[in-house]
Amino acid sequence: MSYLEYRVRTVPTGFRKILYLNWPLVLLVTAVACIGFMMLYSVAGGSYSPWAGPQMKRFGLGMVLMLVVAMVPIWFWRNISGFVYAISLVLLIMVEYVGVTGMGAKRWIDLGFMQLQPSELGKITLIMALAAYYDWLSIERTSRPQWVLLPVAMILVPTLLVLKQPDLGTAILMGVGGGIIMFLAGVHWLYFAVVILIGVGAIWAVLATRGTELQLLNDYQYRRIDTFLDPANDPLGAGYHITQSKIALGSGGWTGRGFMQGTQSRLNFLPEKHTDFIFTTLAEEFGFVGAFSLLTLYGLILFFCITSALRNRDRFGSLLTLGVAVTFFLFFAVNMSMVMGLAPVVGVPLPLVSWGGTAMLVLLGAFGLTHSAHVHRPRGKR
Amino acid sequence: MPSKNNKAGSATLSRRAIILGGAQLAFMGVLGLRMRFMQVEEADKFRLLAEENRVNIRLIAPARGLIYDRFGDLIAGNEQNYRIIMVREDVENVEATIARLARLVELDPSDLDRATKELKRRSPFVPVTIADRLSWTDFAEIAVNAPALPGVTTEVGLSRHYPQAGDFAHVVGYVGPVSDYDLAKIDDQDPLLQIPKFQIGKVGVETKLEPQLRGRAGTLRIEVNAVGRVMRELDRQPGIPGENLQLTVDAMLQNFVQARLGNESASAVVIDTTNGDILAIGSAPSFDPNKFVRGISVPDYAELTEHEYRPLANKSVQGVYPPGSTFKMVTALAGLEAGIIDPEERIFCGGYKQLGNRRFHCWRRGGHGNVSLLEALFQSCDVYFYDVAERVGIENITKMATKLGLGYRHDLPMSAINTGIMPTKAWKRDWASKAEDRTATWLVGDSLNAGIGQGFVLASPLQLAVMSARIASGKAIIPRLIKTVDGIEVPAPKPEILDINPAHLKAVRDGMIAVSNAQRGTAYRSRIAEKHNQMAGKTGTSQVRNITAAERARGVTRNSDLPWKRRDHALFVAYAPHAAPKIAVSVIVEHGGGGSTAAAPIARDIVLQALHGGLPPLTAYPSSQRGTIQELHNTLELRDPAGTSSGRIKI
Repeated sequence: MSYLEYRVRTVPTGFRKILYLNWPLVLLVTAVACIGFMMLYSVAGGSYSPWAGPQMKRFGLGMVLMLVVAMVPIWFWRNISGFVYAISLVLLIMVEYVGVTGMGAKRWIDLGFMQLQPSELGKITLIMALAAYYDWLSIERTSRPQWVLLPVAMILVPTLLVLKQPDLGTAILMGVGGGIIMFLAGVHWLYFAVVILIGVGAIWAVLATRGTELQLLNDYQYRRIDTFLDPANDPLGAGYHITQSKIALGSGGWTGRGFMQGTQSRLNFLPEKHTDFIFTTLAEEFGFVGAFSLLTLYGLILFFCITSALRNRDRFGSLLTLGVAVTFFLFFAVNMSMVMGLAPVVGVPLPLVSWGGTAMLVLLGAFGLTHSAHVHRPRGKR
Repeated sequence: MPSKNNKAGSATLSRRAIILGGAQLAFMGVLGLRMRFMQVEEADKFRLLAEENRVNIRLIAPARGLIYDRFGDLIAGNEQNYRIIMVREDVENVEATIARLARLVELDPSDLDRATKELKRRSPFVPVTIADRLSWTDFAEIAVNAPALPGVTTEVGLSRHYPQAGDFAHVVGYVGPVSDYDLAKIDDQDPLLQIPKFQIGKVGVETKLEPQLRGRAGTLRIEVNAVGRVMRELDRQPGIPGENLQLTVDAMLQNFVQARLGNESASAVVIDTTNGDILAIGSAPSFDPNKFVRGISVPDYAELTEHEYRPLANKSVQGVYPPGSTFKMVTALAGLEAGIIDPEERIFCGGYKQLGNRRFHCWRRGGHGNVSLLEALFQSCDVYFYDVAERVGIENITKMATKLGLGYRHDLPMSAINTGIMPTKAWKRDWASKAEDRTATWLVGDSLNAGIGQGFVLASPLQLAVMSARIASGKAIIPRLIKTVDGIEVPAPKPEILDINPAHLKAVRDGMIAVSNAQRGTAYRSRIAEKHNQMAGKTGTSQVRNITAAERARGVTRNSDLPWKRRDHALFVAYAPHAAPKIAVSVIVEHGGGGSTAAAPIARDIVLQALHGGLPPLTAYPSSQRGTIQELHNTLELRDPAGTSSGRIKI
């Protein structure tokens, strides 16, 4: 669809666009980020350094980025989708060769002024590319095998590259996120049913062959599965993180131990307390009330994204918004499941709260895209 | 390009978006429920786990109870123990710092070795002890140089100290670190015992009154972080210090006794005849218990165990000896009570008593002629008592001995108390059943030997002191060692009047008075010149060997010609003043030769010291002996009474 079809005249122009932003979303994102600042301040023992201060600056920068992205017409973003997807693939390949190794994985490229994490970027460019693809593809062809295989390849290539880093968390987010966008775009049920069946079968095969000659995974990988299923087995080894995390979470009670009073985080029993496990500090210090409030804020963000998508008659904008919402959902759902012992520890940050520059910028940029879709949506009668 | 924004596509997208939204909502519901379950239903469990994580309880060792003498002189105290502590993470260069330390104070290489190993092994923030028991000057040296020694700190703890060194080594004993052996032996749940190097009583009063002395553990609740570093102190309960004890012993007298016994292998006991208080209970040679507290070195320990005079043995209660002639009062009283002899009855001593084909010799070859009880006692005629023993029988003798406190385990809080032996016919049967070559039947000869305190009879110095206290007072005096516990008087058992005819007791006492006051008494040389302090006593010389016929033929019967191990034991029991008894004394000098020459002079000195409450004036001694006594006083190494009296707290 050419930009002419967007009925340009009905779209707000200039700074008036600001009035047409998805304002509830802006406020919710800011609220969640503020919770993040508080928690980072708390885990640093009541100090803006080393985390809360820089995180606030990044959030400011991210908000500017979000506004800039939101101001740019959505058709521009659609038109460069393929291009940015290609760039992120190149970056992901580059990471293999010139990447900076940290914490046992190659995830960063040193750009001099910042450390770029191409996998974070890749999540968004994948969504953009898929949305553009289904915007271009006619509905009738959506479920034809050859037109299904192409997006599957689009998803698998970056996912496998990320998996190789290794970054299991991000790989899962990309794979599942991409699959959900295909589902939203209208790909036939059967494809998903088959994939799910194969997945269940694979898990069964992995577990059933354990201890036999045909064993599919290494022993240590099986032990990790054991630890996930019952962390108490190995409370000081691999199960330590999850055990301590559950203790912190559970000890919060109804209203928590009070701001900066969480003993688990303050005494360093919690691992990665400023990144992946920051939710446990929130739950410990503000209890069920605090934890459930954050969950509610996340839910409201999803709600405003989905309603915006439903009101948007532009297929690209709608898919893109839903894609961002799905990625966002997967972020916090996987993270919370992980810290509550419902999922294995895979290393997914809590969106907008965990310490991390690239993730924050990319996420706010992605919200910028949903704003852009919101502001530039087709208006008036069809 | 055709528009894909057709209605069908838009409817599918909306439908699926709503499905997705629903699924997301459902999953968030699950998350919310899980949160609720963990934070509301199971909150208490997790709260408890968090507390366990966070809080460490450390025990604070209480101060051990102090031990004083009857006048408040400190016998066992707690001394400041200065230590050097190093925290690795605060030290720039461990080797260099230790080298610098070694230049300031002397460090034990084996300690250093252990410390460096521990420094490497433990977490960097754990304090490690580099040196223990520093002198005050060394401690001050380190403290002054602290700014130049980052990571090195000094610490003060408490450790047991015995200011009177060897004087009370056998009575009070000593403490030492808890060993696995101790833990296995005692059924004690006290968590204090789990503290590394916690000191508990090992010997003597220290171990017998361990429960009172130890006190109760204090607790220190501290908050620790994930790696165990102490973050802060939450609260502190100081614990209850051990209870202080006061012994009945007079430290000054004890000091005199130990000094007077000197390096002899000997023992002496002084008992208050009015209430049984043990005023002194010495065993020589002694040792310094402080060495055991610190951990005695192997050569030092070997020196003590290999010493021929057995310094580690507590001879006053653990050592049992044939009482020899000091036992004659028992035989006499047994005979009198049984109505077999009359004090005035005379028995002929011709130098020996013939029994079948055996001759039982009197110590005096020529015999004593016709002797009464009085003469038999002060001249210590053996034949007289052979005769009485034969007639009265062993059962009566043992009954009387038991009445006077022999063959009975006096329960004092001391280690290795020996009951001794007061034989009976049944006892001999039992004894014979333990070895093949022993005769089971009681022979008359056994009674004769027992009658003069030889043969099977064995008694400890404590028992002999109790015996003379009972003869002196006519009461069943029970010895007491602990005067107060935690400031509360330990009730002294009220002694019952002995079931012995007072006239018989008087007859025996008269004999004892004569021993040390009549010209022909065996201990006349050890008489006291002061009328009001004169003592009653009895000498004893007990054989530890049989004089063989060959030796008799050669004429080798003089003790000084024999090797030390085979010489006679010298004994003396006494009470004084004989007119109104205050104290009873027993002295034994192992292989010392004759009781009159080796034991009686010591007993006299102790009696005078006790009655005068210090060194007696020379006028207390017979004028002919004052020169030698003066010399003796000059050579005695006594503690400076001025030095102790300044610290003497009257309780």
